[in-house]
Amino acid sequence: MTSTTAPKAAAPTGGQVTPGRARATLAGRLTPYGYLSPTVLLIVVLMVVPIVMVISYSFRDNVIVEANPVFAGFANYTKVLTDPDFLAALKNTALFISVSTVAHLVLGLAFAMMLNSPLLGGVAKAVFRIVYILPWLFTIAVIAVIWRLLLDPSGVVNYVLRTLGLIQEGVNWLGDPDKALWAITFVNIWSGYPFFMISLLAALQGIPGNLYEAAAMDGTNWYQRFVHVTLPQLRPVIVSMAVLDLIWTSQQFALIWMTTGGGPLNTTEMLSTYTYKQAFSEYEFATASAAAVIVLLLTMILAFFYVRQQRER
Amino acid sequence: MAVRATRMRRVVGTVAAATTVALAAACGSGGSGDDTASDGTVTLEFAQWWGAELPAGEFDKIVNDFTAQNPNIKIKLLSAPYASTKQQLITGAASKTLPDVVGLDGAWVNDFAKQGAITDLSKLMADAKYDAGQLASQVQLEGKTYMIPVVNFVYPLFVNKDLLTKAGVAEVPATRSQFLDAAKKISATGGDVKGWVLPLDTAVPNGVQNDVMSWLWASGGSMLTGGKPNLTSPQVKSVVEYVKSLNDAGAIAPGSLTMKEQDKVEKFSNGQVGMMIDSLAHINLIKKNKPDLKFEVAALPAEDGYTGKRGIPYASWGIGISDSTEHKAEAFKFVSYLLSKETNAKLSTIANGFPGNKNAKPDFSDSDPLFKTAFDIYQQGYPANEFVGLPKSEDLMRSFAEQLQLVLTGKTSVDDALAKSQESWSSVIG
Repeated sequence: MTSTTAPKAAAPTGGQVTPGRARATLAGRLTPYGYLSPTVLLIVVLMVVPIVMVISYSFRDNVIVEANPVFAGFANYTKVLTDPDFLAALKNTALFISVSTVAHLVLGLAFAMMLNSPLLGGVAKAVFRIVYILPWLFTIAVIAVIWRLLLDPSGVVNYVLRTLGLIQEGVNWLGDPDKALWAITFVNIWSGYPFFMISLLAALQGIPGNLYEAAAMDGTNWYQRFVHVTLPQLRPVIVSMAVLDLIWTSQQFALIWMTTGGGPLNTTEMLSTYTYKQAFSEYEFATASAAAVIVLLLTMILAFFYVRQQRER
Repeated sequence: MAVRATRMRRVVGTVAAATTVALAAACGSGGSGDDTASDGTVTLEFAQWWGAELPAGEFDKIVNDFTAQNPNIKIKLLSAPYASTKQQLITGAASKTLPDVVGLDGAWVNDFAKQGAITDLSKLMADAKYDAGQLASQVQLEGKTYMIPVVNFVYPLFVNKDLLTKAGVAEVPATRSQFLDAAKKISATGGDVKGWVLPLDTAVPNGVQNDVMSWLWASGGSMLTGGKPNLTSPQVKSVVEYVKSLNDAGAIAPGSLTMKEQDKVEKFSNGQVGMMIDSLAHINLIKKNKPDLKFEVAALPAEDGYTGKRGIPYASWGIGISDSTEHKAEAFKFVSYLLSKETNAKLSTIANGFPGNKNAKPDFSDSDPLFKTAFDIYQQGYPANEFVGLPKSEDLMRSFAEQLQLVLTGKTSVDDALAKSQESWSSVIG
């Protein structure tokens, strides 16, 4: 005799779970983490570990140099925040990044609008585009060397100014405490505006032409169209670029180090050069870490605005 | 299909996780790997800036000779420019991952030794029964040797003969007053030409050592007393006042406050300054860039009436051994090879420097006659560099440079600047 039995219906969910099914569920849960693991590992190794180490260094005394550093609380922060050199570096950095960013924006927008002008032919546009973008193609080391030579008291800039009768004697652009900060800010503006220009040019090209047509039909002039059509359309790009530029410029180190080294008389000392000197000249790694954490916090404020602005978009 | 896709996703996810773990494990074990091959060959890493400054391939030849004589030791050269080597070693010292053998500047020794990054060479010399008497000098800390200078480079006075003649100065200045007079006369010849050049950039503040304190050492002076700073002494004051007098006379090339050593050499090569204090190692560079430039080297001018021996500043290609290397004996074998009479003479000859082994005789027959002149100056005086072995020496130079900048810009007096420098230095080496 044979008998046929119908297969048992599957156990209702919420009842007892077989071991095999539990394994499958666990594997299912863990699978996404498997995918994430390479990224998580990279973030942990390249970001979390160094940041945590620097933060822990900032709370200890004489780290790295001493075999057994002791906990120092906020002593390093107090030392940094009361150091006149740090405060001078903070002031210089604020001036350097704000002037650079505003100038990058103004120059970048002006050149982008010129390149976007219908008055220029295709060849002329290509030529100007190459000319305007040139400063961005040089590495910082090359820019520093070029401008050191140009701004030398016997350099080309002084020669031109003397020939034009604008000055009588060679100006000491990088060596004069009253002029050095403005000179390196100028160099930084020169090297950084093309990035703004390229981004704003792309944004300008994305503004629908019918907006300008509608504005023209309403009888607006060029300035009104610029203020009421162009700028509002560019606003998201301008805000993103400005915040990013503030962050990037605040981290500028190589240009300052290779031109003035923070001198003369600390007039071009920035937070980056101050931190570097603390670490690699004074071997005060704990103080350098405290300065770096302060810079990190200041940068995070800027990053917060950037993220918020991105979310709004 | 859905089941297969789910399985596939799980497999990929598991593989990704496993690969990540394996990579992490591989990264973790990288630092502790043994550099001894299965056949017993030891590979030593040697970080230095020398290879970058020597004619291409010359240093490799010297190293290859060593490996030919010692087939069980291989040398891996990590050559980079001076500044990069310095940064690499500072981070290596901090993380206890220094290469086995390291090129050292005397200014770094104190800090590295205190960190325990470089090893006590006295012990290795004793273990190897090495005759330290043949060494021209050793850099010691608390009686223990941490660095041995392999090649020394002196910093004599370079004089542009054409500019001196044009200014109507017949003799190369030998005293401070003669130098001031010559510098003024050269500056008076017009154009952008100045008598002297003083790089006081604070990024690499070695101008304080080479171009300022050299005046002090040339007159037998010292910036230290019993290992403590003595910057308010009449001798140091007279040097700063002298530099100020050169500045007040308009005899120093403009741009001093942010000028670097390479700018100094360039200005001299271009005939923009008549005199500079510089490394002998730059003779070939100057001759290559300006073959027509007529210049000579001389001893640094001393105080008027000074008759004693003149200290001449020097920089060294020093050598040390990492404290964490497992192959100290092999590393010292390589160090002793570089300091052997023959090798050291050969290395000094190609580097245009003076040997770290007293018995080595560099061959100047194919070199510029100026090297022979400089060797005579070196032998008549004594090598002087009080920054060697000092802690945070670069920082000491920087704080002094900042005060000197204030003096030169009229923002402080010489006395105040020296008092502040003394205070600043005392907090480090007091």
